[in-house]
Amino acid sequence: MFSGLMLTAWESASIVAVVAGVVGFFIGLRGSAFAAHALPNGAFAGAAGASLIGVDAIAGLAVFSILGALTIAALGRRARHDVATALVIVVMLGLGSLFLSMTTEYAPEIFSLLFGEVLGVSSSELIPIAIIGVVCIAAMFLVYRPLMLSSVMPDVAEARGVGSTRMEVIFLVIVALTTTMAVPVVGALLIFSLLISPAAAARSFTNRPFTAMGLSVLIALGTVWSAIALAYLSNLPIGFFVGSIGAGTYAAGRLWAGWKRNRASTPRVAGGRSRAQVQIS
Amino acid sequence: MAASLSPLIEPGFFSNLPVQTALVVGGVVAVVSGIVGTFTVMRGQSFAGHSLADIGTAGGSAAFLVGISPLFGFVAMNLMAAGVMEWIGIRRPRGRDLATGIVLGAALGLAALFLYLDSTASSTTGATINVLFGSIFTLPSSMVPVIAVFSVVAAGIVLAMYRPLILSSISSDLATAQGIPVRLVGIGYLAALAVAVSLSAVTIGAILSTALLVGPAATALRLTNRPGRAAAFAAVIGLVATWLGVLLAYDSYYWFPTTGGWPVSFFVVTLIFLMYLASQVRFRPRSGVQRRSTLTEAG
Repeated sequence: MFSGLMLTAWESASIVAVVAGVVGFFIGLRGSAFAAHALPNGAFAGAAGASLIGVDAIAGLAVFSILGALTIAALGRRARHDVATALVIVVMLGLGSLFLSMTTEYAPEIFSLLFGEVLGVSSSELIPIAIIGVVCIAAMFLVYRPLMLSSVMPDVAEARGVGSTRMEVIFLVIVALTTTMAVPVVGALLIFSLLISPAAAARSFTNRPFTAMGLSVLIALGTVWSAIALAYLSNLPIGFFVGSIGAGTYAAGRLWAGWKRNRASTPRVAGGRSRAQVQIS
Repeated sequence: MAASLSPLIEPGFFSNLPVQTALVVGGVVAVVSGIVGTFTVMRGQSFAGHSLADIGTAGGSAAFLVGISPLFGFVAMNLMAAGVMEWIGIRRPRGRDLATGIVLGAALGLAALFLYLDSTASSTTGATINVLFGSIFTLPSSMVPVIAVFSVVAAGIVLAMYRPLILSSISSDLATAQGIPVRLVGIGYLAALAVAVSLSAVTIGAILSTALLVGPAATALRLTNRPGRAAAFAAVIGLVATWLGVLLAYDSYYWFPTTGGWPVSFFVVTLIFLMYLASQVRFRPRSGVQRRSTLTEAG
């Protein structure tokens, strides 16, 4: 379970989990779950295109996810954000279906790009994954304060000269890079689970941003590690375990928050208000 | 007539049975998606609308496993998912994103499991590709009545609560003050959305499902402020895009004989996106006002 090929799997998945935990915290805070779903899916189309013209899949993933991020930001300035995201994802997937119709790529390979193939990561791919991971984390901490401000209080941020459009572009590009790095490892569909569930669970345990971020990383690591172990032992797809453990941790977080709320202030605060506080925190 | 159109329409277009089915089913789905989608865009539930198409995959692959029609799996799974989304809190703007995301993540995990079991049971992985990129040309014509029934159900729910739905989509506070059971209307609408999306995802695939749900409606809402008119515009835009897309895909078999033609979904999505961009350019309001309103919508 910890030999050669598996070791690469553990390493690459751990890098992905750490980055996903940090970036995911802001995805929850900013409410950009749809973008976090759209970019990996669109990037998948890029991988299909890359295999068509015979370049490295990571290049295709990077080009498509970054282009997607910029398009979402550009369209989102003039229209509802969710509409812009929906249109970008369908256009990229439309291109993907075109590319797929032209390739003779085998269905199992497409399946592994969608649902992840942790064991398929070779040790030569580990280096670009690690580099992009470090870049993502570094960028995250570099823009931490303005990003935090513009996520929580966009009006105040604007008044202090932190443009919300600029922050949106920067953040979406970071999500795009995370996507590029993660899709070969956990797949286009499951990176989404890793970006959403651990951060959502962490935020129902604590209100403090740094604690929540750390907890989110820990939960993401725990999710990935147990998913790999379970997938190895049971011979079932890893995506199933990532998805269900993610939902399980979120449910646990909600139960914990509910229990704490009941204990703290049963008579005074109505359900709606205290729930709203949990959401904002 | 036929002769004058011959440069545009390649021979055998109208006499081809798969094409006829594609035109009928695509048309029905486009109209229903346009009507339902107008409210999806107004209520800011595009993410939920798209997610349901992916979530249904889990139901569809499970149905395949037990040997019933995927459509029923899709509908059952999506109604369940819509229920969980509602329970987690799709009503509040801040919770909406999270509710959809959590359900989507869990369902994708299930889909991974079921598709894997499907592939070990029957040694094909075609199911995934079919659902994501599903082709309108491979529909059996026996599906047409089933699709028609579900379309009537989805459109019927929306039309039955037309006025309260409009009011609660524009302002839920105002609707509450008028005595409209906003939450009930929201649940009813989610059910209609779940049925409509199941229908379109299982017939024409998840890409086209989202494209037809959101694209025409967003374009139509740019052209008019009145919800009823917007729904009608959206239905027409979706219909035109679908039929043109089917035609172009059919023609492309003759343009690119070596590669076997380009997929319908590519053409339909491109047409819808171009129409949306065109509506953006023509009706661009002064930037200051618009910037502010996008901010409040996003916040």
